[in-house]
Amino acid sequence: MGAKKVGIVGVGMTVQRSTRRDVSGVELINEAVRAALDDSGMTRKDIDAIVIGNMDHFEGINYVDTWSVDGSGALGKPIMKMTTGGTTGSTVAMGAYYHVASGMFDRVLAIGWEKNSESDTTGAIITAFDPFWDRPTFGGAVAGLALEATQYMAETGATEEDAAYVAVRDRKNAINNPFAHLRMESNIEAIMSTPYLAWPVKLGDMCPRTDGACAVVFASEDIAGDFPNVPAWVHGVADRHLWGYTSDPYVNQHVKGGTWFPAMERATRELYDKVGITDPLEQFDVAELYLPYSFAGLRYMESLGFCERAGGPALVRSGDTDMGGKCPVNPSGGVLSSNAIGATGLLRVAEVALQVQGRAGDRQVPGAKLGLATGFGGCYWSDELVIGKEKPEKARG
Amino acid sequence: MEPVAIVGVGMTKFERDRVRDTFGDLVFEACTRALDDAGMTIDDIDIVLTGSNDFFDGRTISSMAIMDACGSYDKNVSTVEGDGTFGAAHAVMRVLAGWGTCLYCAHHKGSESVMPLITNAMFDPIYERFLGIDSVTSAALQARAYMDRYGVTEEQCAQVSVKNHGNAFKNPYAQLPLQLTIEDVLASPYVADPIKLLDCCPISDGASAVVIAGAQRAKALDAKPAWVKGIGYNCDAYHLGDRDLSKVDALQAASKTAYAQAGISDPAKEVDLAEVHDTFTYLELMAIEGLGLCRMGEAGEFTAFGNTAQDGRLPVNASGGCISSNPVLVAGLNSIIECALQIRGDAGEHQVDGVKTAVAQGVNGPCGQSQCVWVLGGDE
Repeated sequence: MGAKKVGIVGVGMTVQRSTRRDVSGVELINEAVRAALDDSGMTRKDIDAIVIGNMDHFEGINYVDTWSVDGSGALGKPIMKMTTGGTTGSTVAMGAYYHVASGMFDRVLAIGWEKNSESDTTGAIITAFDPFWDRPTFGGAVAGLALEATQYMAETGATEEDAAYVAVRDRKNAINNPFAHLRMESNIEAIMSTPYLAWPVKLGDMCPRTDGACAVVFASEDIAGDFPNVPAWVHGVADRHLWGYTSDPYVNQHVKGGTWFPAMERATRELYDKVGITDPLEQFDVAELYLPYSFAGLRYMESLGFCERAGGPALVRSGDTDMGGKCPVNPSGGVLSSNAIGATGLLRVAEVALQVQGRAGDRQVPGAKLGLATGFGGCYWSDELVIGKEKPEKARG
Repeated sequence: MEPVAIVGVGMTKFERDRVRDTFGDLVFEACTRALDDAGMTIDDIDIVLTGSNDFFDGRTISSMAIMDACGSYDKNVSTVEGDGTFGAAHAVMRVLAGWGTCLYCAHHKGSESVMPLITNAMFDPIYERFLGIDSVTSAALQARAYMDRYGVTEEQCAQVSVKNHGNAFKNPYAQLPLQLTIEDVLASPYVADPIKLLDCCPISDGASAVVIAGAQRAKALDAKPAWVKGIGYNCDAYHLGDRDLSKVDALQAASKTAYAQAGISDPAKEVDLAEVHDTFTYLELMAIEGLGLCRMGEAGEFTAFGNTAQDGRLPVNASGGCISSNPVLVAGLNSIIECALQIRGDAGEHQVDGVKTAVAQGVNGPCGQSQCVWVLGGDE
């Protein structure tokens, strides 16, 4: 078989800010690309292929793959665009992983970026949904998430304060990350006092809109030893994009045996089976999760198997997901601190890679060996990757 | 490359306005046909890839509209935004990486698009868009540059329209079969000098799908495989002013990779049939040259001698090509499907005798900036 094991050998990210007026989109991309090439000890010439992704309607650029050539370095090289909404960054990571795993390319550059300051984010997100059935009533990402949060609170007894704990945790972690957008010492009262956007979701519960880019170099096992950094290895990937209408995610949740988040639960089951995870809280040393708002940091922990159904609030309040806990979640500050949407999923992958390489600086989880990265988007879709310090025994497809 | 095959293909009929069909309806029709062709059900598919474009579809996350229709429920799935040749190339990668079978589909409804606005959005938002440049006017710049460089005439371009619209009569899926003369094409109104109305592709609705499988799964099926012998893709500079538009650097680089993988050293002799991107007539001439099927600047004469006709020495666009049906993004996938059908001997009335090696081409971006080339063969 031609299937190759794949290592991450270089990472580059831009400073994440609400408005990067100092750079154009192409320059923003280039900033991340140069950082990733420097980090992997390579130049543009060494790259065999490129995968790039963002959400078209945020910047209003059609064919971003061909538009971005001056920034991505794709002149005279193979490039393709992959995009799946919020999951774009993780989709790009998986796409680059498969470019290398196929044996067709040895060194592949993955790029995710977004310049949300140039977008009408909610306006663009509403057009993701069906023009006849969904758009007239759908209030955008915040309103959709508020529905999820309302249901979660009603069925589990979780409180707004439980959710606020997650927002406080992630933004405090961001203080250790020089690239993060919102870096702040906060507390539950402060989050509770922010204005409601759509009950029960408050301003302090939501991710920001961010300008930023991330680039990651994936390399084949055949050459993964040729780089200055010890590789971080991709142990497995899985995704599910189950739904297409706004109301789909709520189907079957109320029936006996129904689930919160079928896409995440099914992707998780496949991934954990492949990689051999039975107790994620114990086995993962770190997790970088795409939590677009604070309530996700409760509910998604259940779908990812870190605790039982309705156990999210107790888990996070136990401190197990804090820095110094059993499995710190979002040492980088996560999505609640920085959300340049097309870059966000790829940043999760980059952060876990840095952690298992022991290169995460002030946000390092000591001795991290195995980590989980996720992407969230679309219509409750989930992308998941396990990345580790040790080379996996076999290529897993 | 490890052996990988196309084991099932499906297309919808391409029409100007499939007003009764949503994106999902079109995709379901194409995927169902591809699965039937492979003798499979959706349960035999391990992984699904889709192709769409948020601008053409007028939807952010355009793949969301077809997640159910493509049968991806409870499977790993992803989306390549761009021409079908690129998406199908990524499907091949996933099979090479260890997945047994991959269903890939692409869809397009030009009837719901505003082409000048959407293709204007390919260009630089600060320096170029305000000029009003779009796919047609940029193509006119390239056509003129190419014609000037090699002395190609409007008559030579027109023969591509006559040939391909004529070929479309034998393809039941084609949208626009037309009985034309060179005089008809020359007499049609200028859209953007030197491009006339009958040099242009139509606006189309439709979808296509393929099932790609590794050697083991391919051989276990009753379906006739078309083997993937080589894939290359490559990107040129973005700003039109940074390129010599008369040149085909990206296409030559992509062909070189694909031919090397396929072990082809003299494509003019070894390729039996080509399905190329002919959204404007001059592009077929440039493609024939860029693919190495004749010398640079000679495709006009090569075509005039009948070499590229359905019964010629090296038929090009025997299906009728993009100029007869142009569902954007689906177009390159159609080229792959047509090559696969020709290799299998299943192309029906437009079957060409003895096709053993066929070449398909697709493009992304303005003036063919990013090019993808596939070589398909009858033997593993």
